[in-house]
Amino acid sequence: MNYQDRWILPAGITEMLPPDTAQLENLRRRLLNLYASWGYELVIPPMIEYLESLLLDRGDALDLQTFKITDQLTGRLMGIRADMTPQVARIDAHHLRRDVPTRLCYAETVLHARPNQFAGSRSPLQIGAELYGYEGLQADIEIISLMLETLGTVGLPEYHLDVGHVGIYQQLIKSLSLTPTQHQQLSEAIKCKASSDLQKLLTDWQVPQPFQELLNSLVQLHGDRAILEEARNLMVPAMPALGKVLDDLEQLADQFDQVPLYFDLAETRGYKYHTGLVFAVYIPKHGQAVVKGGRYDISEKLFGRKRPATGFSTYLTTLVSLLSEDVARPPVVSAIFAPANSDPALAMKVAQLRKEGHTVIGELPQQEGQARAMGCDFELRWTLEKGWQVVPN
Amino acid sequence: MLKIALSKGRIFKETLPLLAYAGIVPTEDPETSRKLVLDTNQEEVKLVIIRATDVPTYVKYGAADVGVAGKDVLLEQGEDGLYEPLDLKIAHCRLMVAGPPNLPPPPRRLRIATKYVNVTQRYYAQRGEQVEVIKLYGSMELAPLLGLADYIVDVVDTGNTLRANGLAPLGDPIAEISSRLIVNKAAMKTKSQRIKELIGQLQQAVADKATL
Repeated sequence: MNYQDRWILPAGITEMLPPDTAQLENLRRRLLNLYASWGYELVIPPMIEYLESLLLDRGDALDLQTFKITDQLTGRLMGIRADMTPQVARIDAHHLRRDVPTRLCYAETVLHARPNQFAGSRSPLQIGAELYGYEGLQADIEIISLMLETLGTVGLPEYHLDVGHVGIYQQLIKSLSLTPTQHQQLSEAIKCKASSDLQKLLTDWQVPQPFQELLNSLVQLHGDRAILEEARNLMVPAMPALGKVLDDLEQLADQFDQVPLYFDLAETRGYKYHTGLVFAVYIPKHGQAVVKGGRYDISEKLFGRKRPATGFSTYLTTLVSLLSEDVARPPVVSAIFAPANSDPALAMKVAQLRKEGHTVIGELPQQEGQARAMGCDFELRWTLEKGWQVVPN
Repeated sequence: MLKIALSKGRIFKETLPLLAYAGIVPTEDPETSRKLVLDTNQEEVKLVIIRATDVPTYVKYGAADVGVAGKDVLLEQGEDGLYEPLDLKIAHCRLMVAGPPNLPPPPRRLRIATKYVNVTQRYYAQRGEQVEVIKLYGSMELAPLLGLADYIVDVVDTGNTLRANGLAPLGDPIAEISSRLIVNKAAMKTKSQRIKELIGQLQQAVADKATL
């Protein structure tokens, strides 16, 4: 590297410049205020911690996304968070240790080893809300409602709520004794809805006929709420436990009947910690989900305390790019230029204006450029009869 | 609006009859037209003509809603973020290891020339063998002839090019290849009716072609 390209940032590492930063910060504040008004308490998890508490399994997608460094004090491996959900789960399970439902939210930068495909950044700003300590569907309904409010704040006119349940697939494969490799191949095929590959795998492995049929039909079960009935007829006779899952999905369909709903029973998630209901929001013209969430169990596996959990998260950078025109720019605050002058009356006037919420930029002695060049629409001028007055320039 | 990504050549030719079955006929011929976005008889359906290896990228990021891509390309690039709901059973070929026949493998780490770097790494890793992969962009058959590599991994259709260069397929195919319909995740959910309809029609077209 020569000194001419010292300014180049690593691929996918983003920085926010004005005025985009103001826009992003404005949205961040409005969202955190929204979450606060629902009782979600803000936490700031550490940027870096021991790897064991960040990951459920070594070698999974989250592991590959996590930057690692060795702690020089202990020799242990530390990870720079790629996803804050496990950290927030740790805070709930280990530090707060409440028995009542706990609501937490967060908005911090995470780091990805590879660019996240839709944000395009390796250092996106993750924002999300999590609800711990309640097993029932009502918690999921609250989280989905808050997620939709988030989109309302952004001002998205058209979106589709995608709902799935990873429990269905997990139930189906429970009784098949598959090797880890087979597991991976099967879930890959299911994830891509690759029906021909799926059929071939099941035939090759001589999976019992009824399970072949169920798994083959699983990848076809996506669409409006009519598919829930279809799924009930197909699956519940063989697996009565799925009745409850489908009841929950029906109830969600009733609850959110104003929203375009899409059910996808083969939906799985990138990070493997989800255990039940999963949901995502898709919008036209954006190739991937813009918000994702669902039920998960991290606390018991990592921190030895069983805590039901559900939540959602998204990237602020993605949301900002989707801001509709009218909310896109926060109203431009016109600044006032104060000339370099040691008059105590000017200092008092400036202090008063700032207290009232105006932006006042002080001129530096013999500086380059005047009010206009400094982006100020107004300036302070002194007249004999009125003293210091704000006038348009 | 429904944008369908296709690559020129064999995939385009063999996809056309299937699309015709779904009532979609391009109004221009891509072989003569220089346009990369082709109109069809249906107002809201466009065909986007791009390189075969770019089709998954366009569909993944939602620049096209659906596409037709060879399984070889999908295996190489990974299918993350895509649905692959239908095997169109066209453009059949095999992904194979090929090399000079009747020659014992050299007593050192194998050198494999291919454009399928990931597939090759995975294939040999599964067999417990460490190999050096050399990425080439075309004319694989040259590599063993000129001593650049021991074997090649490539798609084989008739095997004529291999034979003409004194090579032969070695062992079982790594994978059977055919073209797949791929669908963008968001499009599947936000345009579900239109896309499910298209999948249904193409499925019928594939089934009917098989019974002929």
